[in-house]
Amino acid sequence: MTASGPPPGTDGSPPRMGFFTDTSVCIGCKACEVACKEWNAIPEDGLLLTGMSYDNTGHLGADTWRHVAFVEQRRTPGADPGGVDVFRAAAHLGAAGGPAPADAQTAPAELRWLMSSDVCKHCTHAACLDVCPTGSLFRTEFGTVVVQEDICNGCGYCVPACPYGVIDQRRGDGRAWKCTLCYDRLGAGAEPACAKACPTDSIQFGALDDLRERAAVRVAQLHADGVTDARLYGESPQDGVGGAGAFFLLLDEPEVYGLPPDPVVTTRDLPAMWRCAAAAAATLAAGAAAAFLGRRR
Amino acid sequence: MTAREGRRGGGERPVVPRAGFTSYYGRPVLNAPTWEARDIAGYLFLGGLAGSSSLLAAGAHRTGRPRLGRAAKAGACGGAALSLAALVHDLGRPARFLHMLRVLKPTSPMNLGSWLLAGYAPLAAGAALSDLSGRYRRAGAAATAGAAALGPAVTTYTAVLLSDTAVPSWHAAYRQLPFAFAGSGATAAAGLGLLAAPVREAGPARRLALFGAALETAATSLLERRTGLAAEPYRTGRARPLMRAARALTAGGALLAAGPGRRSRGAAAVAGAALLTGSAALRFGVFHAGVASAEDPRYTVVPQRERLRARAHER
Repeated sequence: MTASGPPPGTDGSPPRMGFFTDTSVCIGCKACEVACKEWNAIPEDGLLLTGMSYDNTGHLGADTWRHVAFVEQRRTPGADPGGVDVFRAAAHLGAAGGPAPADAQTAPAELRWLMSSDVCKHCTHAACLDVCPTGSLFRTEFGTVVVQEDICNGCGYCVPACPYGVIDQRRGDGRAWKCTLCYDRLGAGAEPACAKACPTDSIQFGALDDLRERAAVRVAQLHADGVTDARLYGESPQDGVGGAGAFFLLLDEPEVYGLPPDPVVTTRDLPAMWRCAAAAAATLAAGAAAAFLGRRR
Repeated sequence: MTAREGRRGGGERPVVPRAGFTSYYGRPVLNAPTWEARDIAGYLFLGGLAGSSSLLAAGAHRTGRPRLGRAAKAGACGGAALSLAALVHDLGRPARFLHMLRVLKPTSPMNLGSWLLAGYAPLAAGAALSDLSGRYRRAGAAATAGAAALGPAVTTYTAVLLSDTAVPSWHAAYRQLPFAFAGSGATAAAGLGLLAAPVREAGPARRLALFGAALETAATSLLERRTGLAAEPYRTGRARPLMRAARALTAGGALLAAGPGRRSRGAAAVAGAALLTGSAALRFGVFHAGVASAEDPRYTVVPQRERLRARAHER
């Protein structure tokens, strides 16, 4: 059960627009984060050092609409990837006498650095939009999902509804905020700020159909080049959210990047939930009626 | 610190991959609910108390039990008013509360719940005011019946409100939570009746307490057995003492009401207080279990991984 309506682009509206984030060419420059903050005038989200590689942003939220994840891995060819102690690895860098001494059990290990710019997925079946009680969240003519800030009453229901942990409530402001896919820029025919700022075209903006074709070509090319780990995430209309408007090319399992491996829009089960609640309500009414039957005291 | 921090099993790589799970620096996948426990768990409890009290009120009204009826009507009215206050207090923009009613949206349990409360609260208030003032008796009787008609929905819809989220321990429990909330609402209403009504009028409250306790206990037992990993947060952390207290107070209160509570007003009052406390403990326990399940990526990633593995196996 969703309030999504007919697919965009089928009724004379503009085609559904989205992002294809090709993480295989992300260099972790965070220009997307900065451009997003600047264009959308998002408040500062905490100046903290997390200790998580170069990621001091942490997670998507009310004040973080683009988040670049940094994953450090040591991979032994043909083996399951494991963690790496970067400080130990760094200690061996430039050491006299050539390459670092091999670790007894894990040699030869290869350092791998994954970077990925995460963003709102603008789901086909968007849980945040479905559960919003005020109609503040709505589907735009571009097929994106946007909060109307003059309507949002800060109930916070969209926050736990999102299967990706994207939307959040802004402290002190009370309302829910997330990526708008630069709705204002799209209306003026410009591309979103993050895609505009991305120096490697890791973030590609366009009509979703075109992006899906481009992504299929890219993943086939990577497979041909021997990068067998390359996979698309969120591009399939058959997945639990009916396909994401912002999808990704990843080089490892989604959970490595902090993404859910099999997200499902919660409202898919809503009819079953209402049936269970109706059965429970009937049980309660029957129980209460029975309490008044029989003996008079 | 590495991105593989979430993998269990220390230095040894698990032989069975099922045991492992990966996360991004142990960070949660989901954004946890921003709701205040006092407001929202309190809202769940008060809504259950109100809705079920309306049933008790209508029965007492029909069968000529004036003191039980008055207590139940006052409980329904007070519960509805306080639950609305808690709901509004929890909003980020309380002045915009009425935006809840600018649309009618079946996909949003909170929207339907707002409409339900908008219909229910005036009926509950009308029933209580008519009873207390002794005026407009026919309108009061109609309001009492109307509130009772909506009462079961007011009691159970809050379970859908929680389940219709990505929070693992709430969503996975969508079959059991409405029954647990129905039972918990019944015990709360019965508890209030036992506290306020004389022993000779409180027979239905005692029977409702037994019924509610049985329903709640059965539903929570099923929940803990059927929801797999999502059941764990109900047995650990902040939810554990609350869920245990709920079970003990509910069962103990119902037995005390059905035994000594049949003769002793004091025993009935103690039973009533225990039932009310037990009902509140259940709602707070469920609330905290859900928040804990959202804050740990394991409860999000592991069931989804297993689902993918099962699907791959089918093909």
